[in-house]
Amino acid sequence: MVNAALARQDEAEPAALVVSGVSKSFVGTRALDRVSLRVAAGEIHALLGENGAGKSTLMKILCGVHQPDEGTITLHGVEQHFANHKEAVQAGVGIAFQEFSLIPDLDAVENIFLGREIRSSFGLLDRQKMRERAASLFARLGVAVPLDRPIRELSVAQQQFVEIAKALALDARLLILDEPTATLTPGEVEHLFTVMREVKRDGVAIIFISHHMEEIFEICDRVTVLRDGAFAGSAAVAETDMDALIEMMVGRRVDASFPAKPSPDPNAPIALEVETLQIERGGPVNSFQVRRGEILGFAGLVGSGRTETALAVIGATRAHRKTVRVHGAEARLPDPATALAHGIGLLPESRKTEGLITPFSVRDNITLNNLAKYRAFGPLLSGRAQRAATERLIGQVRIKAGGPDAPAETLSGGNQQKVVIARWLDHHADILFFDEPTRGIDIGAKAEIYQLMRGLAAEGFSIVMISSELPEVIGMADRVAVFRRGAIVRTLEGADITPENVMRYATAGE
Amino acid sequence: MPADLASPALRGAPASAPSSRFAALRRSSLFYPLVGLIVVSALMAFAGDAFLSADNFANIVRQIAVIAIIAVGMTFVILSGGIDLSVGAVMALTGTIAAGLMAGGLSPALAFLAALLIGVAIGAVNGALVAYAGMPSIIVTLATMGIARGLALIYSGGYPIDGLPQWVSVFGSGSLAGVPVSGIITVAVYLAAWVVLAHTAFGRHVYAIGGNEVATRLSGIRVGRDKLAIYTISGATSALAGIVMTSRLMSGQPNAGTGFELDAIAAVVLGGTAIIGGRGSVIGTLLGALLLGVLNNGLNMVGVDPYVQNVIKGVIILLAIYISRERR
Repeated sequence: MVNAALARQDEAEPAALVVSGVSKSFVGTRALDRVSLRVAAGEIHALLGENGAGKSTLMKILCGVHQPDEGTITLHGVEQHFANHKEAVQAGVGIAFQEFSLIPDLDAVENIFLGREIRSSFGLLDRQKMRERAASLFARLGVAVPLDRPIRELSVAQQQFVEIAKALALDARLLILDEPTATLTPGEVEHLFTVMREVKRDGVAIIFISHHMEEIFEICDRVTVLRDGAFAGSAAVAETDMDALIEMMVGRRVDASFPAKPSPDPNAPIALEVETLQIERGGPVNSFQVRRGEILGFAGLVGSGRTETALAVIGATRAHRKTVRVHGAEARLPDPATALAHGIGLLPESRKTEGLITPFSVRDNITLNNLAKYRAFGPLLSGRAQRAATERLIGQVRIKAGGPDAPAETLSGGNQQKVVIARWLDHHADILFFDEPTRGIDIGAKAEIYQLMRGLAAEGFSIVMISSELPEVIGMADRVAVFRRGAIVRTLEGADITPENVMRYATAGE
Repeated sequence: MPADLASPALRGAPASAPSSRFAALRRSSLFYPLVGLIVVSALMAFAGDAFLSADNFANIVRQIAVIAIIAVGMTFVILSGGIDLSVGAVMALTGTIAAGLMAGGLSPALAFLAALLIGVAIGAVNGALVAYAGMPSIIVTLATMGIARGLALIYSGGYPIDGLPQWVSVFGSGSLAGVPVSGIITVAVYLAAWVVLAHTAFGRHVYAIGGNEVATRLSGIRVGRDKLAIYTISGATSALAGIVMTSRLMSGQPNAGTGFELDAIAAVVLGGTAIIGGRGSVIGTLLGALLLGVLNNGLNMVGVDPYVQNVIKGVIILLAIYISRERR
């Protein structure tokens, strides 16, 4: 049926881009599985899907950063095999990356013309000409961006517009905008949409990635949905609605093996109560609470403020306004060490850069922030006590390692994650933030970590689990706080915790 | 990691098999410094008979004591991922002030105490600026290096300060039962540093900060306070080196110790400590300092031109770094 729809469309308009049966694997995981996509000239085509559905991988293939394992890409009737990004640019593909590709120390003009500098007849840079071109691009976008200041001094929104201007400057025939609105204010989004409509009138095909439903319904002509790396459906925007799209995104999936949730105990004492948390002046004000023995899920899209909230609560980053109660008593938490003194710990999102001390052994990593517990006499540490504790934890968490002295860097990703988790198990901390606890971990290890978290909750730990994996949030959390644009828009409980509800509040707010 | 010291082969704990014991020794950051020291010493012994005498060994110890003591503080700083360029200048300043106070009639004990306190104070300033003002250690200590050197010259008017009580020379060139006193002081400092680094929570934090500062902070360790302590220790060992130096020269030399920061860094790196921090040991630094001392002494004895000696030392440092890179 899908193919028939594509064929029907084929006859209607000339295709600017046809992606056919593209697959891509990265060391064992299949990121894209025979994905097809067709974008007409002069069409704004939305690409929709959860985090990790394969959108960014597909875009990176379209712009030559990755090469497909199989399948074909046809631009304006010509089959293309981009060996690198430059070839894609030469073929008329312009992309504004989600993670900006800008050089922080160069200014906007230098960034826009990086690698394609305009030269005067003497072979020197024609700064004047480039400046004029850049100025006219920003005038067209309707934004004021300082041309001569280094990119790092610009606001995130300004940087986003430089990234977009960089793509526009190519006079691309296919323009890819990867979540361009994530950092923009509504007014700025309107400017962007005006420009997109104008570019569209010139016959340029635009792929627009956004998680915000209202934007898709406002600006896009067609929408294609990816799910788990595969094509999940495609429709004309005028002929579909939000529920249908969410259904396509979520699908009916096989539940992973999650431990059974206990029935909620409304009388359990509140372990952590964040009465007010306002990270930036004028930003959203959030509040939430976690009971003893409870797993609270933080759901939402990447960049929706979940990690920022956790970091601000433990004092790793500054908050404009923060009132926190720990076990009923008000607590000032200016830094992670003070939070730890109050029994609050964080398992960071990126274990390699924020969790693990890579040169350390398994033992030294596990006992790192708990050394007071292993004193022999005076300030001297007991190696034997640390060893015994480590061996016990290796057994409890089932870390596969050569032993307590094995270097942490020799362990697999899942085992490294378990090492960082084990750090908190023999600790006085009883309120734990787990930020993406199963990211990059194979399925077997995931199930073990789920069991472990549920076991901790049963022991009386309070857990806040940040997760971008919908099934994980649904399967693990007793309650789910859904974030959107920095704000907790809804807290779901019991039977209301469904993929559709989480996705709806995360993408549309209401 | 501290496990370099805690590894079975070096702690004498039973290892599972002899081959794994050797493998553990090879993996240890002490392996190449030890091999280097043995090879260079053997070469020197071959080249000149005088090298192997007890007198000459005492001589080497006296020559390296000052650098070796400075290198202890440098080891703390480098393990934590920083660098301290102010050590040589702090040594000169504290040594000059100690000499000035003694020449003015103050008792050596009080003069030495004052020198130590000044070293601690400068180290604490370095530490506070690095830890709490977030300034890069190389810039902070470059600046305090200049300030300390300037203060030494101002205090002394640019001239050596003489007129110290005769017995003070014990600390610089005296012997106790045939062992140089400065060597005893050095060994005591290394022993204390080894205990702190390998067997206390603070020591573990030093390695952790160098291994991954962000992770250390997020895990709830007071990184700022630890950094303050690390640079303060470096200031203290520099001051101790200043006291030994002044006692050996029997005068306060405001221009002494120029370039010592580089020798100290060389000793640390030759000793197998990673320049980016997180791995290494103070025992390695002692081996590195000995290696430098043996090289200096041996090359002099063989009659190698001092200019050429610099080139040889530079090549050996490059070689050491290259080999330790291979090891990773």
